[in-house]
Amino acid sequence: MFLVINGEDHHDLPDPLTVAGLIAHLGLPEKKIAIERNREIVPKSTFSTAALSEGDRLEIIHFIGGG
Amino acid sequence: MSTDKLIVAGQTFNSRLIIGTGKYKDYAQNAAALEASGADMVTVAVRRVNISKPDEPMLMDFIDPKKFTYLPNTAGCFTGEDAVRTLRLAKEAGGWNLVKLEVLSDPKHLYPDMEETLRAAELLIKDGFDVMVYCSDDPVFARKLEDLGCAAIMPLGAPIGSGLGIQNPVNIRLIVEQTKVPVIVDAGVGTASDATVAMELGCDGVLMNTAIAEAKDPIQMARAMKHAVIAGREAYLAGRMPRKKYADPSSPLAGLI
Repeated sequence: MFLVINGEDHHDLPDPLTVAGLIAHLGLPEKKIAIERNREIVPKSTFSTAALSEGDRLEIIHFIGGG
Repeated sequence: MSTDKLIVAGQTFNSRLIIGTGKYKDYAQNAAALEASGADMVTVAVRRVNISKPDEPMLMDFIDPKKFTYLPNTAGCFTGEDAVRTLRLAKEAGGWNLVKLEVLSDPKHLYPDMEETLRAAELLIKDGFDVMVYCSDDPVFARKLEDLGCAAIMPLGAPIGSGLGIQNPVNIRLIVEQTKVPVIVDAGVGTASDATVAMELGCDGVLMNTAIAEAKDPIQMARAMKHAVIAGREAYLAGRMPRKKYADPSSPLAGLI
């Protein structure tokens, strides 16, 4: 599957894929991040059921130091 | 003093000092400075995860969001819509309703774009956020932001990261006098006396980042800031003596030998 993650193209991702599947694939800590798909927030409670579609645009964010 | 707490949007904080988490050598130093400062609220930024380095240290590994209140900011947002989008994501990542709105303009002075700040504040308040707002030290805009329903008014003391101290104490005092929600000087503090001046003017708190992070010894400076904020607050509550034009001896003149 093809996705745009944080502004970058990612080809050859597993298909089908849920949000939880993608997080596991990328090795990210689920509790410390938030995800937006096509500018809509994906609630954490739906990570395991939210199925991704070809060409989805994802933003994966976390907190960093700031003033 | 134990009953004199900072209360923002119904949340009570033990410390009147809020510190940033940017510009430190690393998160470990940041965490140590936070402990030394006694602050219980920290500002944090929302950014993309570096997905090519999933094992990179994360802020949450060093500063426990269960122990400290994270105050997500909107640094880098130039429109109200960007600010709302960023803070909705922050809420999803951590569940916080209390946020710091900052809509900046020119990178040279990092002054807030007040027109856009007002618009963004309105959008965020409609969205259910408790908005602590970084603003210019203009009492007219401060009043407008309070009227919109902001949870705290946070005028700058001097440009962000400049360390120049409180440049316009007259305006800060005017804002303090007219405002019913907490007033927190945000930005411009360079050293302990600057924080004390802000508190002596009657501010409810001080928010700083660079003054601690870029001190030669950030941990010692964090401790200094803790004392500075307490000293300024107590001096404000105590009520300073009147200024006099001439000397007034402290030892009685009567009974001189």
